[in-house]
Amino acid sequence: MKLIFEKSSQNRSSFDFPEFEEKNSIPQKFLRNPFESLGLPELSELEVIRHYIGSSNKNFNIEKGLYPLGSCTMKYNPKINEDMAALHGFAHLHPYAPQHLVQGALALMVEIEQWLCELTGMKAVTLTPAAGAQGEFTGLKLIRAYMKDKGLKKTKILIPDSAHGTNPASTALCGYDVVKVPSNSLGILDPKTIEEILDDEVAAIMITNPNTLGLFEENIGHIAKLLHTKEAFVYCDGANFNALMGQAKVADMGIDLLQFNLHKTFSTPHGGGVPGAGPVGVVEKLVPYLPIPRVIKEKDTYQLKFNFPKTIGRVKGFYGNFGVLVRAYTYMRALGGDGLTKASQMAVLNANYIKKRLKNTYDLPYNDRPCMHEVIFSDKKQLKRGIKTLDIAKRLMDYGFHPPTIYFPLIVQGSLMIEPTETESKEEVDRFCDAMIAIAKESEENPELVKNAPYTTAVLRVDEVKAARNLILKYQKK
Amino acid sequence: MIMRYIPHTSQDVEEMLKVIGSNSPMSIDDLFAPIPKEFRLKKPLSLPSSLSEMELKAHIESFAAQNKAHEYVSFLGAGCYRHFIPTLVNYLGSQGGFLTAYTPYQPEISQGTLQTIFEFQTMVANLSGMECVNASMYDGATSLAEACLMAKRLTPDRTKILVAQNIHPDYREVCKTYLDTQDVELISIPYDSKTGLINLKHLKENIDSQCLAILVQSPNFFGMIEELESIKHLLRHSGSLFIVVVTEPLSLALLKSPGNSGADMVVGELQSFGNSPSFGGPHVGFFATRLAYVRAMPGRIVGQTVDKNGKSAYTLTLTTREQHIRREKATSNICTNQALLATRTTVYLSTLGEQGLKKLAKWNHSLANQLCERLKGTAKLRFDSPFFNEMVLETQKPLDPIEKRLLEQKILGGVRLEKYYPELKNCLLVCTTELNNEEQIQKLCEAF
Repeated sequence: MKLIFEKSSQNRSSFDFPEFEEKNSIPQKFLRNPFESLGLPELSELEVIRHYIGSSNKNFNIEKGLYPLGSCTMKYNPKINEDMAALHGFAHLHPYAPQHLVQGALALMVEIEQWLCELTGMKAVTLTPAAGAQGEFTGLKLIRAYMKDKGLKKTKILIPDSAHGTNPASTALCGYDVVKVPSNSLGILDPKTIEEILDDEVAAIMITNPNTLGLFEENIGHIAKLLHTKEAFVYCDGANFNALMGQAKVADMGIDLLQFNLHKTFSTPHGGGVPGAGPVGVVEKLVPYLPIPRVIKEKDTYQLKFNFPKTIGRVKGFYGNFGVLVRAYTYMRALGGDGLTKASQMAVLNANYIKKRLKNTYDLPYNDRPCMHEVIFSDKKQLKRGIKTLDIAKRLMDYGFHPPTIYFPLIVQGSLMIEPTETESKEEVDRFCDAMIAIAKESEENPELVKNAPYTTAVLRVDEVKAARNLILKYQKK
Repeated sequence: MIMRYIPHTSQDVEEMLKVIGSNSPMSIDDLFAPIPKEFRLKKPLSLPSSLSEMELKAHIESFAAQNKAHEYVSFLGAGCYRHFIPTLVNYLGSQGGFLTAYTPYQPEISQGTLQTIFEFQTMVANLSGMECVNASMYDGATSLAEACLMAKRLTPDRTKILVAQNIHPDYREVCKTYLDTQDVELISIPYDSKTGLINLKHLKENIDSQCLAILVQSPNFFGMIEELESIKHLLRHSGSLFIVVVTEPLSLALLKSPGNSGADMVVGELQSFGNSPSFGGPHVGFFATRLAYVRAMPGRIVGQTVDKNGKSAYTLTLTTREQHIRREKATSNICTNQALLATRTTVYLSTLGEQGLKKLAKWNHSLANQLCERLKGTAKLRFDSPFFNEMVLETQKPLDPIEKRLLEQKILGGVRLEKYYPELKNCLLVCTTELNNEEQIQKLCEAF
């Protein structure tokens, strides 16, 4: 398909203006050469529409079918969220408007903080981080600030080998050393292993619970106690929070802080790579260090407050991704406490159902332990016929599904991580399992078919080596 | 309880549990057996129950209704700008294919996102005058912080970064937060109190062999256009990187690009292009640099390639820089970005197009000049440098009663600068965009 620049025609336009009196006060030396092109296309409205509708149609998306990307929680993005975020009373608010004129926005922020606290048992939540990774960074900065304040010399963060790549990346960004913790043969963390590597220089452990294998970290209570005796924190990556709502509160497990991914658990749209929001919930002792600003309710008014002497400072411009908060809050109110609880139950039900239907067809690396909201298989059985996870993923596209997450976590060879979420019906989940079983059969009877998939997509397998070797990162007219 | 987003009926649940339990009785509760009993909640969450769509709408709208600021005439800028958003942007930006897809890790079924981001990268590269651009950052402030981190990676032995004091205060604070664990000292370079521009004398004095980068905003926080070529001239033998940050990207349609003025990195904010102010977020940061530095650049990048049949295709490339591959050695921890807003920006720039964007920039600037012409004696321009669509007005009388008068007329006259720059008493940062008109400008000027 042609790029928009290739469809451009001089002097076509999609936009016109009322007349205005042109006045210039900028000296020539600062101005662009008026004959120099901005490099933007020129098309009429209908041409622009056709181009981008064409592009949009080439994307698999939740409105087309099941999108079982493990660890991404691709649940339905309710349409009403978009309408609410677009209300003029939210969308048109300038962050520097006087506070008495934006009380509704501030009130909403306080409400969402309260909901997130109730869901987790945390004492306070900062809404400023823009994404999960930024939430992790914020959490680590909080730990760092606490340690500095108390005069404790800490240099290390314990990170399980199954952790998402952002965990060690955020750790390095924060100036800490990463100490890898191996998971045991059951796929979870063992207190004994942790005891062996735990010392006074450890500032925290960064766990994910349920972990990236979809398993609940059953020893979390014991592990938290170990860390606490060394005056270290337990950070929880909340990417998998969809399994826990209404079932357990992380604070009860000894977790001291966690980041949420609103674009996962709380249904805000994924937008091809988001925008997201990564609020961070903390226990009492970390509250003084929270980033600014914070929204505080005083009697009947809401205020943005900046004067917190021990704060780690700002992590983002303005106040956070407010438009994403509106969508998440709309979702929370739609479901309510009962709905959020049911969401977690059905998410876990769907994943376990898939596990049961596929366990005789695909290898289960962790020997049929009960999974939570996602399940991991490997390509071990299919490798015998030369079919790998990548091939299975590509063939799934021909069946009308987005592939699961592949090759993550790194501790499972040929990992296929499947997270259906609760918004998929039994019929859709069955269709998916039928497709997976059919592909396994094809792998036995006709492996070449699977190896060369997909066949029905907009483009076939792409040459990624060429893309990196022969860098073309923008369009240039010949 | 009927849950419109959760399809499972009690019959579905029963059937599925039967399959899972191999026909022996099993309950939902059994599925949560891995969670130790002491952590299982004994009572339901203390949260209100679900709402029907009618009740939900009324509830959320009641929050929106408590806000009044959007009903006021506004001259607020300061890094967040009100511009007209063409109908096409909302329509195309809300297509399911863009809205509900995720990261384009599987290129065969993500060509829509990948191609659109490639178009985005092209447009931003052209406007900024740079060779390569990434797929977006969280916002302008974090893109500047990441630029500093990248500069440090490129020249690890140097330890100083010179930061113009007239860069947006939020941006400078975020840089501080991101850099305080790095071996880097941030040195503030003051602005000239007459011109509002970076003090070149001070800058020159601070450039030395330890200096790894200079950060300059143009137009700066006061709306003044910096003399980028003069600054580049000062840096020419220093080996320091010249990083320019832009908060009002519409200025790029009228002014000589930072790339053509010698910048090594151009970063900033694209919210003006098709995205609402939305009380400060989500916005969309951009990051542009020289091709020679591309392997040190953070964020996702889309490249062009071919598929098995030789058909043109797009894919994420140079992924070995990123967290999912390099983990603690990654160029950044960034994972999600702001792809949806980048898509809206691409549609916006396609809609306005070559002629439209140039004209819109001229219109914004013309209105700013109109404002200056109408200023009565009691308020004047604080700095005497060229501006784009923002400027600082200084009043002779205190601002409190003036602001009160303006609020009574439902006008938000500007951002008071004293809290960021105590020496700028009675100073207001005022912005004019195509959403302001002659009548509003007249009323504003009369209030001083």
